[in-house]
Amino acid sequence: MAAVSLDHGLILAGLLFAIGFAGLLTRRNVIVVLACIEIMLNASGLAFVVAGARWGRADGQVMFLFVLAMAAAEVAVGLAIAIRFRQTTGRLDVDSADELKG
Amino acid sequence: MTVLFFIAAAVAVISTVLVVTRSNLIHALLYLVVSLFAVAIVFFTLGAPFVAALEVIVYAGAIMMLFVFAVMLLTVRADRPSRLTWSAWAGPVVLVGILLAELIYGIGLSGRALDGATVGPRDVSAALFGPYVLGVELASILLLAALVGARHVSAQPDDGPGSEAAPEGAGDGAGDEDERDDEEDEP
Amino acid sequence: MLRLLWLIPALPAAGFVVLVVLGRRLSRTAVAVVGAGSVGLSALVALAVCLDFIASPPPGDAYRQVLWTWFDTGGLAPRIAFYLDAVSVVFVLVITGVGFLIHLYSTEYMEEDEAFARFFIYMNLFVASMLVLVLADNLLLLYLGWEGVGLCSYLLISFWQRDVGNVYAGRKAFIVTRVGDTALIVGLFLLFTQLHTLDIQPLMEDAAAEWAAGSGFAVAAAALLLGGAVGKSAQLPLQTWLPDAMAGPTPVSALIHAATMVTAGVYLIARTNVLFSLAPDVRLAMAVVGTATLLYAGFSALAQRDIKRVLAYSTISQIGYMFLALGVSGWSAAVFHFMTHAFFKALLFLGAGVVIEALGGEHDIFRMGGLRRRLPGAFWTFVIGAAALAALPIVTAGFYSKDLIVATSWASVDGSVWLWLGALAGAFVTSLYAFRLVFVVFFGQEHTAVTRPPRWRLQLPLIVLGAFSVVGGLVWLPEWMGGSHPLATFLETALPETRLVHDALAESVAGTAVAVVVVLSGIGLAYLLWLRGRAATAAFAVRPVPRAVAAFWLAGWSFDWLYERLFVLPVKWFARVARDDLVDPAFTGLAWLNVQAWRALSASQNGLLRLYVGVAGAGVVLILALVILR
Repeated sequence: MAAVSLDHGLILAGLLFAIGFAGLLTRRNVIVVLACIEIMLNASGLAFVVAGARWGRADGQVMFLFVLAMAAAEVAVGLAIAIRFRQTTGRLDVDSADELKG
Repeated sequence: MTVLFFIAAAVAVISTVLVVTRSNLIHALLYLVVSLFAVAIVFFTLGAPFVAALEVIVYAGAIMMLFVFAVMLLTVRADRPSRLTWSAWAGPVVLVGILLAELIYGIGLSGRALDGATVGPRDVSAALFGPYVLGVELASILLLAALVGARHVSAQPDDGPGSEAAPEGAGDGAGDEDERDDEEDEP
Repeated sequence: MLRLLWLIPALPAAGFVVLVVLGRRLSRTAVAVVGAGSVGLSALVALAVCLDFIASPPPGDAYRQVLWTWFDTGGLAPRIAFYLDAVSVVFVLVITGVGFLIHLYSTEYMEEDEAFARFFIYMNLFVASMLVLVLADNLLLLYLGWEGVGLCSYLLISFWQRDVGNVYAGRKAFIVTRVGDTALIVGLFLLFTQLHTLDIQPLMEDAAAEWAAGSGFAVAAAALLLGGAVGKSAQLPLQTWLPDAMAGPTPVSALIHAATMVTAGVYLIARTNVLFSLAPDVRLAMAVVGTATLLYAGFSALAQRDIKRVLAYSTISQIGYMFLALGVSGWSAAVFHFMTHAFFKALLFLGAGVVIEALGGEHDIFRMGGLRRRLPGAFWTFVIGAAALAALPIVTAGFYSKDLIVATSWASVDGSVWLWLGALAGAFVTSLYAFRLVFVVFFGQEHTAVTRPPRWRLQLPLIVLGAFSVVGGLVWLPEWMGGSHPLATFLETALPETRLVHDALAESVAGTAVAVVVVLSGIGLAYLLWLRGRAATAAFAVRPVPRAVAAFWLAGWSFDWLYERLFVLPVKWFARVARDDLVDPAFTGLAWLNVQAWRALSASQNGLLRLYVGVAGAGVVLILALVILR
């Protein structure tokens, strides 16, 4: 196995994170927003694994595991909220959740 | 390995862009699955086969299935005319571009190559049962909390204890992790 | 006898106090006795003191009587002290003498007025203040008297206060003279801070010793004192109050605005003549102001219809002559003219009062007429007064004093031919309006009937003043008439001699001849216009151009209109703007600013998730940038 460059790994992670963030800022569908959050979490997990591989230890992968667990928990609650949201407002537009304004 | 890395990276980036830009929800989710697969391959090239498998099984397998179930439950309407004009992307793209530039600059291109040694499941497990055992316990509690929270959020007014209201599916994916961790915990 | 000096101002002051305390309970007669009697007694004391002074002059030709120290603070310790010299002798005698005659006249003139006691209270206070003014040994005490006469002037002008127009006239007088008073007090500040004393004699000596002629302080001090005098003596540009001050009762006009208060400015300048000797530019300004004023007022008098307003403008004009004299360093000449002017102007005013009373309150001269048969006493004394005003040669006192001023305006070191021509033109206009008044009021057809003929208390003062108006000038004869001038000699013990350039006898005779011709032609023209050709004059007067000119002169050359635009309206506008609390918006503005900021900030809390995330992301970008750039 020829070596992969550290920089490329981190750049890939940053790129994925950036794309996910851009999508988060732009998309209005709740599901897509949650998906963008997943993209960002995945990207940060990737960064952890790359870092772990740099040192040749298991710590990076362990962190990725925790990130994964957290992502799962968050998706569970987030989708429940999304469904609730759709039930009460009849829409999946994140812009219509603006009652905390003023 | 490097070639494989680049190909997988390209696929990941392209499919992620497609996730974010598709107006059809199912299409976007499927592209996300592709992206996750590509990232799993990247993990593999980095010498982390364990997390590569985890990525596929848990992330692409369970979590994305949750998404798909939710979409099906929510009967999303057919494609709406896209409100995603170029002008809507302008601001975020600029902001994100600056962020990306800063990240790359901050990382500082060190030109260092990874030595590519494989860190297998055995090492990961040793770490999990060793220094990180507390984190594991906390993760399981987190998942339990998510389970209860999701159940609570989605409860209907007439739900009594034990009533099987629809979005129990939210608990399933978490349940997988829960069961496995619980088994390992019992002495 | 000189030790009784303090009684002279004290007696009217005592009269004031008695009337204030007991006035309401005393009968009319008692009030009259106290009111007029206090001034009369003061006049007797003054006569005694001044005769003693003239007969056996004290060393240094001045007598100082110190009563007590007023206060002592910050290096300023003015004393209540009276100073008698030749100048103050003249002023004191005129004030008490003419003042007593006017008080006597008032006892009949005001007898039906319900505020009889109040009148004499104010009049006594006035006489007391004026006497303090002329007898003061230091400028602060002089200023006390100055303010006192200003106050009494206000009180007496608005005496009939039920009519708000009178009150406005009093207010106007007070405000306009206030402008002058402010200049005066600033001048006193300057003098005190520079020379550390306000006692007049030491002040004059120190000024002469320390300040060079033409130096900044001398000019500034002299100019400020001139400002004060201009206000009190109603010269340009502060003359607008005097015609309106005729709203007061006629005796008030006679005493205050003819004989005494308006001459306070003349007195002040004569007293501080050393300062003016040190400031030639101020003297020139004074002469110019005097000449301009006498011409201005003369033309204005020509167009007036109200008998008292004619005399008011006439007063302004004659004081202009006094200022002209002071401006060309004719100090004694100015004092001489003050004396004769007091006689004939008081005479004219009292005569006008008789006419007004007799006709039941009529002021318009074109509604009078033919009174020489009905009111012979008033007629003859009025003619004497008018002749003295016009300076009819030889037989009137006015001739001697006015001719002296006219001659000095040319002959003095500070004189100029332009001033002389101005004075001559003024003399022409003076005789013109004086005899216009005589012809219109006393000749021609009767328009209003005589309802209340005067009795002895109105007529006696007229006769006495008429006599003085004839012989009063004989104390200073010009060179070509024999040159006996006891008054001049007397005054020169206190005032510097006027230095003359053109001293030759022939020149002075020629000058007098020219003046005589001018006066007589003025009287002649008045005769033609208003006695012989009355109808033709009236027809001419209603033609457009003459009518416009007459209206302009009638309005005092529109000074009131100008001041209204320049000063009154801006102040009123500012008061209106500031009425709603000008400073408050500074504070409510803070509140408003806060509310606007709140609005702006709360607009950013629009509840949009994407915006919040975006802002958070921008914050991250910013922090990263800071970290990277450090």
